[in-house]
Amino acid sequence: MNSVKNISRRKFITLSSLSGAAFTLGFYFPAAAKTASILTGDNADEKGIELSSWITIDKSGNVTLINHRSEMGQGSFQSVPQIIAEELEVDLNKVKTVFAPGNSKKYGSQITGGSSTVRGSYKTLLRTGATAREMLIAAAAKQWNVPAMECYAEKGTVMHRPTGRSAGYGTLVEEAAKLPIPKKVQLKERKDYKIIGQPLPRQDTPSKTNGKAEFGLDKKLPGMLYAVVERNPRFMGKVKSFDDVATRAIPGVKNVFKVEMPVFGFTREGVVVVAESIWAAMQGRKALKVEWNDEGFEHISTDQLYTRMKEDLKKPGLSQRTGGNFEERFQKAGKKLELVYETPYETHSCMEPLNCIANVEGDKCEIWGPIQGPDWIQSDVSERLKIPLENVTVNMTFLGGGFGRKAFTDYTFEAVLISKEMKAPVQVVWTREDDMTQGPFRPGAVYECKAGVNDGRINALQVKMASQNMDHQDAGSDKLKFNSSTTEGFAEAYFESIPHYSFADIPTEAPIPVMWWRSVYSSTNGFAFESFIDELAHAAEKDPIEFRRSHLWGERYQAILDKLEEMTGWKSRSKNNGWGVAITECFKTIVGEAVKVSRKADGKLSIDKVFAVMDCGWYVNPDIIKAQIEGSIVMALGAATTHETHFADGKAVEKNFNVYKMPMINDIPAMEIHIMDNDEKPGGAGEPALPPFAPALCNAIFDLTGKRIRKLPFKLEEV
Amino acid sequence: MASINLTVNGKLYTIDADPKMPLLWAIRDLVKLTGTKYGCGIAQCGACTVHLNGTPVRSCSLPVSAAVNQKITTIEGLSPDNSHAVQQAWIKEQVPQCGYCQSGQIMAAAALLKKNPHPTDKDIDAAMQGHICRCGTYVRIRTAIKTAANIMASGVAVATAADETPASR
Repeated sequence: MNSVKNISRRKFITLSSLSGAAFTLGFYFPAAAKTASILTGDNADEKGIELSSWITIDKSGNVTLINHRSEMGQGSFQSVPQIIAEELEVDLNKVKTVFAPGNSKKYGSQITGGSSTVRGSYKTLLRTGATAREMLIAAAAKQWNVPAMECYAEKGTVMHRPTGRSAGYGTLVEEAAKLPIPKKVQLKERKDYKIIGQPLPRQDTPSKTNGKAEFGLDKKLPGMLYAVVERNPRFMGKVKSFDDVATRAIPGVKNVFKVEMPVFGFTREGVVVVAESIWAAMQGRKALKVEWNDEGFEHISTDQLYTRMKEDLKKPGLSQRTGGNFEERFQKAGKKLELVYETPYETHSCMEPLNCIANVEGDKCEIWGPIQGPDWIQSDVSERLKIPLENVTVNMTFLGGGFGRKAFTDYTFEAVLISKEMKAPVQVVWTREDDMTQGPFRPGAVYECKAGVNDGRINALQVKMASQNMDHQDAGSDKLKFNSSTTEGFAEAYFESIPHYSFADIPTEAPIPVMWWRSVYSSTNGFAFESFIDELAHAAEKDPIEFRRSHLWGERYQAILDKLEEMTGWKSRSKNNGWGVAITECFKTIVGEAVKVSRKADGKLSIDKVFAVMDCGWYVNPDIIKAQIEGSIVMALGAATTHETHFADGKAVEKNFNVYKMPMINDIPAMEIHIMDNDEKPGGAGEPALPPFAPALCNAIFDLTGKRIRKLPFKLEEV
Repeated sequence: MASINLTVNGKLYTIDADPKMPLLWAIRDLVKLTGTKYGCGIAQCGACTVHLNGTPVRSCSLPVSAAVNQKITTIEGLSPDNSHAVQQAWIKEQVPQCGYCQSGQIMAAAALLKKNPHPTDKDIDAAMQGHICRCGTYVRIRTAIKTAANIMASGVAVATAADETPASR
């Protein structure tokens, strides 16, 4: 440690205020540098000494770790502390984990999307744990007047190796916090990990089995009012007039007024009913009579949408990625295949419908809710209200699902607008019907795939996608900009082996708000890509795994295919069953899945088993990853076989779970899951297992029945 | 509005509510036990499941007036300390992801096991198929129900839900 160049606190503070070094180092100190500062987590109820942005230790040795990302089921509440605890050398069971408020200066990006928590934060979190550990060791060495290198840390205690002396972190933290921050620290080697890589039970589980976990909808503030909003069911429609006489007669109703919420390039209009209870607000809304003005925009239907996407496919696409010369080679190909695939619009339908509490007081605003990006909300509210960033406090709760929907800023700012008008804390509650019909939706897409096969190999491949582009919705967006996610989901190795390829999109224009949905474009791209690859394998008269193997050069892909072969017993598989495979790649993770289907005695098709192999590189908690794979398969099953959002006369048709049918426990196939063990950089885990399921299923159905399914969703009972 | 007496988890509450208010909102907003969740409002998802005299019901679609003089048990009353066999099994099998639907899932599973201590897969399907989990924890729910059955059969002391104890306790 003596050779390490230190940086003084004073210097550090200067640096961080100038250049944001606090973020790059993963360290932050309050400017006042008090020895005891209040914990940063919203729900922290004890004081301790802040050793870093993520680590607080009190004088009794109680360790509090901050989770700077949202917890929507994917496990950041476990994986973030699990990473820090490894390097900090503390017992994870004795650690308390709290949520951070929105503060990107302190924590870096907090947006919980793109399966980014571990892969985006792991280096910072390892370093923050190791740095705090070294400071605690240095404090002990100083106290004992021994060289730091004779000391080591274990289970929240610093030990002096020669003498066996020990000191708990609680007795050292005050001194440690005063020490200079080491600029370089030694990180542990993977073979020495005791916590990372272990399937440790989640810290949030007990609170989720006894009703104690606090979700957005559970948060109550003194004097809080409740609001529900009757929004125009046509996304761009206006409020012409409303009659609130009957509404105001409902006991508990406090106010009724028009809300204009800017969403993308339009304004979402509605009438809000604010009341003393949710029930009164809902009753008030029922009694409300609103007349809408729906002129000046298209009232589109599902048929029109897909007709338009198919027409759009005749246009030249906006090219994202090309190699070689597709057109020329396609014309010369021995075998040619041209096919079209369709995927549906979908809702996120988190089990916790959207909701948010806002309390606007003068030039300050405080927010509580199920939020995927607290730092985004902080800057969004600051910009829109034109108040300083530090005047906006965004507190996280647990999220009852997110899937991309709760990363969007509309429901939070709508609460801000209503609180501002009411001059009181207000919780805006979306009913299930609001949540399911207002969007933004996962965009539907139509894919035109063309390929030429020569000598059993793909020589030329072209994919054109027609779909609404999520990035084209804001006023002033560049509509000539290609969709940068057109290749998302396509295994990167295909680009090495296919000499001539072209990927392009045609942005379909439609008045429907669209947004990220678990695994985003990969969730639909993957179906087109891996169904088409399977059709090409068939055209080339090759075994589906062998065909992929001959195109997916690279150890990681080959290892996944080997593992799938082994798990399924591929080479000796029963011919009475249907078997399908698919392999996709997104968020730096590769997943191969195989599905086995069979025909039951009653004639019904059964999905007997799903095999999944994920290579997400360096990982933190294999049990959480396994759970994410299980969940991704179920979510993909729903979007492939049980639900779809239709539009009629400009409005979403499916309003609740009675018609937007979710997969249920009796629909779930057996699953066998394997996570690859290697030293690659970490990839995402929450989303990448979703895209390969639908194509693997449809490929299996083809294997059994000879029938190709090129349009999702389809009904299993009709196969 | 009317003064309504509710017995929740063995405790008597007197609330002032519209008799037509669904039991769900009375439990959440007036009794202030928020473990029971709002998911759909039309008895389609099961997130609001509570026990009424030991039987699972959808509290979002039951007027509070129908629950007067009945024994209501919510997730908070299943056990005070996660000691109920179903809660133990849910923790052992690491069932919850987001956790939002799990109160309802657990209440349904507890009711199933009370009636049928050794459920088959078909019994589990029948009892649980009205309960949506968007995170897709179904595989683990099935495993955990079997684990809970084993815990109960092994005779390890398990807490009794409040609806099985006298209200005075």
